[in-house]
Amino acid sequence: MTDRTDRAVPAAGPTDHEHGTPVGTDDHDVRNPTAAGPEPGGGRGRVTGVAALVEASAGGRSANGRSTGGRSTGAGSTKGRAVEGRRGGSRSRGGWTPWLYLAPALVVLGGLLVYPIYQLGLISFLQYTQAQVSGGQPTTFQGFGNYTTLFGDPEFWQVLLATVLFAGACVVSTLAVGCALAVLLTRVRALPRLALMLAALGAWATPAITGSTVWLFLFDPDFGPVNGVLGLGDHSWTYGRFSAFFLVLLEVVWCSFPFVMVTVYAGIRAVPTEVLEAAALDGASQWRIWRSVLTPILRPILTVVTIQSVIWDFKVFTQIYVMTNGGGIAGQNLVLNVYAYQKAFASSEYSLGSAIGVIMLLILLAITLVYLRLLRRQGEES
Amino acid sequence: MSSPGSVSSLSSDRPKANARRFVRRPWRLAAEASALVIAVAVAFPLYWMVLSAFRPAGEIESAEPRPWTLSPTLDSFRRVFEQQEFGRYFLNSLVVAGAVVVASVIIAFLAATAVTRFRFRFRTTLLIMFLVAQMVPVEALTIPLFFVMRDFGQLNTLGALILPHIAFSLPFAIWMLRGFVKAVPEALEEAAYLDGASRTRFMWQILFPLVFPGLVATSVFSFISAWNDFLFAKSFIISDTSQSTLPMALLVFYKPDDPDWGGVMAASTVMTIPVLIFFVLVQRRLVSGLGGAVKD
Repeated sequence: MTDRTDRAVPAAGPTDHEHGTPVGTDDHDVRNPTAAGPEPGGGRGRVTGVAALVEASAGGRSANGRSTGGRSTGAGSTKGRAVEGRRGGSRSRGGWTPWLYLAPALVVLGGLLVYPIYQLGLISFLQYTQAQVSGGQPTTFQGFGNYTTLFGDPEFWQVLLATVLFAGACVVSTLAVGCALAVLLTRVRALPRLALMLAALGAWATPAITGSTVWLFLFDPDFGPVNGVLGLGDHSWTYGRFSAFFLVLLEVVWCSFPFVMVTVYAGIRAVPTEVLEAAALDGASQWRIWRSVLTPILRPILTVVTIQSVIWDFKVFTQIYVMTNGGGIAGQNLVLNVYAYQKAFASSEYSLGSAIGVIMLLILLAITLVYLRLLRRQGEES
Repeated sequence: MSSPGSVSSLSSDRPKANARRFVRRPWRLAAEASALVIAVAVAFPLYWMVLSAFRPAGEIESAEPRPWTLSPTLDSFRRVFEQQEFGRYFLNSLVVAGAVVVASVIIAFLAATAVTRFRFRFRTTLLIMFLVAQMVPVEALTIPLFFVMRDFGQLNTLGALILPHIAFSLPFAIWMLRGFVKAVPEALEEAAYLDGASRTRFMWQILFPLVFPGLVATSVFSFISAWNDFLFAKSFIISDTSQSTLPMALLVFYKPDDPDWGGVMAASTVMTIPVLIFFVLVQRRLVSGLGGAVKD
């Protein structure tokens, strides 16, 4: 959903591992980081399945026991396969039964996911404002009229640019902080590691909206501790365009770096220590080890966290809405998602809002395709 | 992935390794110190939230805030629960999240069973569709959903929040549960049928308990997305504030000109705690579940 905590739960994270709490991810037997990607996110955690599918289609070797977001059932899977092989299947019976089981899911998804997507597209081609909603005027077909209006509006381009830059800055900062801290975690003993993990999990668990209010309070011009410590007097962080974006960025990074950190940390732990020791003995510096040894091995995991961050940061809503009070002074802090909301629900320009929604959908679809492609290629390589 | 075998002779080079370890000790101390400092910094916002919630009003408004309080008070919480029907919003949030969890988990369990335990036409197509459905940015669907809810007469009711969240948690829940259902050996199913169990009985009395840890794990995602939802709550509950959920209630205390910070922080604390509890509870359950409860 909108919220940062869609990044969900650490606990649910290591979906792949039979052992291993998110905190003590010490002993993973991760053979294929892509498939085994420790996936702690909700919105963000949806990757495991993708990886599994890609793996299945690319290699055809995933077969029974490996990964689908579930677990590799060592003995269990072999046995299951044997049974299946022997008697082709209790599976094939059933006739209409599977459809009966699927019916509720299909009804819900059809009515509340597929149909709204169709509606979104439809509304974006209509003239649909308050007059049409209340039935005062008939709805008329506009063709690409709404899109032309939108593309002719300099504000739209400005918002689009701001969205891309803001999301980019968020992704880069989140990845940098997350990766750096993941490496740091491997350098320290249990106690500091536990402290940092717990703190990160706390930030992770915080709902987007409470995170936003807390960070606003921290940077409050009158009563916030930050201005007091920095001696900034009553400097307002939300007044200027860039400082407001910066403040939101801090909050976004704060609540999303734990996902990256835990995931990458688990990935590093899965790298055989011999490899790292050998590199260290050969005189490689920390940076060199990270760049030349770890990065190539971790690439699948890094791809996953990058794309997930991109997808998430691109559609950030709650933080911007709450922290800049609906898009900032004169809309200076609008991003696409908030822009669509304001167009639709504040100015009753439902069709324009829908057109923005369609554009967002297309952009994210493109990112998803790139993502699937990257994963598939990695599946073929490894 | 590279093979570690070729380097094993190097790593047994003890003296050299030890020397290195000594050299690196100050570095490790520095790393540990910075890890602790960062941990404190990361935890600070949460600490400040709880601290401010327990502070007397005068201290919050002081020009030089101190990072502790000598006279903790429940005033802010009292104000929160008295002034705005906060208890009611809290209940609403619980109802929404609870309904979403129960419904999505049951529906997903049925669907996951269908796609793992049966072979039928379009099975793979369906799986891919569930996968693609996870990628849909639900925020973009707010506008059409608004009209769908209006047509169903669900605007201003909790149903308007429950229904979309069920739909949006399903694709992921199905994918996740698929792994858990798959892990239950088919031999078990055969044995159950041989012993005379019906399919329904197998589903609910054998399969359901076995994949329960998976259901719990899945429910976390559903719970969180429903509990934290702000956009739908804001868009679909437009006039009937008795149907508001916590995020909206929290904003009541936050007026941009003159925010009641004590109230906002108390409300934020109240909203954050259930999620934290949920994390902790589920974590233990999940670990034990992943530990092999379903191994035969």
